[in-house]
Amino acid sequence: MTILKRSWQSWLALALALAALATLPFLSAEAPFAYNPMRMFSIFVLTIGATLVSLLPLPSVFVAVTLLVCAHFSTSLLIARLAGNEGMASTAFFLALAANWLLAWRCVSILSALKVRSKTVDGLLRLVIPAIFGAWILILWEAATRGFGIPFIILPPPSAIGVRFASSIPTLWADVQQTVFKAVIFGYLVGCAAGFAVAILADRIAFFRRGLLPIANLMSALPIIGVAPIMVMWFGFDWQSKAAVVIVMTFFPMLVNTIAGLSAAGSMERDLMHSYASDYWQTLTKLRLPAAMPFIFNALKINSTLALIGAIVAEFFGTPIVGMGFRISTEIGRMNVDMVWAEIAVAALVGSVFYGVVALGERATTFWHPSNRGG
Amino acid sequence: MASQQAGFDRHMAENNFSVVSARKLGLTFETGDGPVHALSDVDLEVKKGDFVSFIGPSGCGKTTFLRVIADLEGATAGEITVNGMTPENARKSRSYGYVFQAPALYPWRTIEKNIALPLEIMNYTAAERKERIERTLDLVNLAGFGKKYPWQLSGGMQQRASIARALAFDADLLLMDEPFGALDEIVRDHLNEQLLKLWARTQKTICFVTHSIPEAVYLSTKIVVMSPRPGRVTDVIESTLPKERPLEIRETPEFLAIAHRVREGLRAGHSYEE
Repeated sequence: MTILKRSWQSWLALALALAALATLPFLSAEAPFAYNPMRMFSIFVLTIGATLVSLLPLPSVFVAVTLLVCAHFSTSLLIARLAGNEGMASTAFFLALAANWLLAWRCVSILSALKVRSKTVDGLLRLVIPAIFGAWILILWEAATRGFGIPFIILPPPSAIGVRFASSIPTLWADVQQTVFKAVIFGYLVGCAAGFAVAILADRIAFFRRGLLPIANLMSALPIIGVAPIMVMWFGFDWQSKAAVVIVMTFFPMLVNTIAGLSAAGSMERDLMHSYASDYWQTLTKLRLPAAMPFIFNALKINSTLALIGAIVAEFFGTPIVGMGFRISTEIGRMNVDMVWAEIAVAALVGSVFYGVVALGERATTFWHPSNRGG
Repeated sequence: MASQQAGFDRHMAENNFSVVSARKLGLTFETGDGPVHALSDVDLEVKKGDFVSFIGPSGCGKTTFLRVIADLEGATAGEITVNGMTPENARKSRSYGYVFQAPALYPWRTIEKNIALPLEIMNYTAAERKERIERTLDLVNLAGFGKKYPWQLSGGMQQRASIARALAFDADLLLMDEPFGALDEIVRDHLNEQLLKLWARTQKTICFVTHSIPEAVYLSTKIVVMSPRPGRVTDVIESTLPKERPLEIRETPEFLAIAHRVREGLRAGHSYEE
């Protein structure tokens, strides 16, 4: 038996790092800013050092932390020098990057296999592992766009988007206020409430069930692209017309899910309420609505993303000179692709936070559901 | 004179009062394959304080009969009164508690909140709810489990909680539809013993559906043997066993004689088919 561990990522990383060392330099000869020797030395010491540590029989936590620190520090040294040298990266550069990527992979697999008892450490791991994943998407994106010299218009590197994001925070904040805090929140609340109320009405009154549901069905099939300009005509250029589009979009998922949820209670549970001579509203509030909660939260989650999409798309059809959709449509026309990407990042962030809040509410409300119990 | 009358009433209530009275009762389900006679010509009296078991093979209408008493199904022929009223009025005046085959506890409510459910619907005050929850939990030996959620308890405990829920409000009639059918033999024996004690303490009238002969004989003062197609009563056996029944009573000749008669009744109901 050997004292070295069998880990194909580490061995391959070692091979790649040595290959990179053999094919130096990192940049082609015409590159305006070369890597200085100290930086190159540090990159190789960090990468090869981390690889060797990962091959030795050491405690896995120590190995993981070493890999995490060294591989990523080495990567940042490697990548930071690319700015200004777009399209000049050589084979050695990509070999070294690949070696670091394999080390990060090894790090994540060690972390994933860790069995921890402490809840805080477990919570930290739940954050660290996806963070490493996400970071590597950005790193590879950055390396590919700058390394191959991909035109800015096609795909700007994430660092440029980040710079643009940081310098336009006031504009982005104003857009979020206009689109999210006014149109999305208002439209979402009203749309969901209306869908819910109509579902109760349809459940209570046969006339609504027979007459209104087919029409509501029709409404769900309305194309948002067609509805948005009409809403602008009706409600003006400001956020009200966008809120109207959001209402139209969120109404139907809530209606359908609530109706499905209201029939989710079992027949035995209903018979029980019947045996208590419980009236319609008592049965509704004490049995049918609690049983419908998983369905209602499904609708709330679907709607949280639909609402954002609806409001942004609706802004393409006329807005005052603020709003996320407005910004995207005008900046793309001015070839400011980095601003478009910054706005997309904001939308993704807002959408995730929105979804997360709804999901937290779901956990608190439907803790009893078999899918949430164990967790 | 008045006191004499009251005494007479009490006497009537104790011995003679019919809690359930069915005459020529029939129930036919109209299905796609033609009518199904779930019950036909059922005549039955359940007196106050009785423990009546309904036994028979599946499809004999024992559960349907219980559901007719509870106004969960409507009879299509004959007459039935519950506490001297139509089943609908009896249900509306909350005169029975129903225990289903499954516990049917609401998973979003704790055990004590589940027991509070009928009390909330029937507008009991908070203080009264608290007192009744405590008393009924004690009655079914679940004291201390009030704060648990149903899915944190075993099947037997869940079914006991559902019995507590049926006992929480003032209904003198307890309808039980194979409440222990899904439980294993040992838990079942234990719950049967507890049920008898509970019946003695609460003085309720109990209608109990089962397909187990020993269970029926052990529990009942009266055993109604039913047979299928059409669902009907083939025999009504008055038990001669004493009120005090340890589990060992199941080995006595008297017990075995009654069990034998029940088995004969069940066989008779079947014989014409073969």
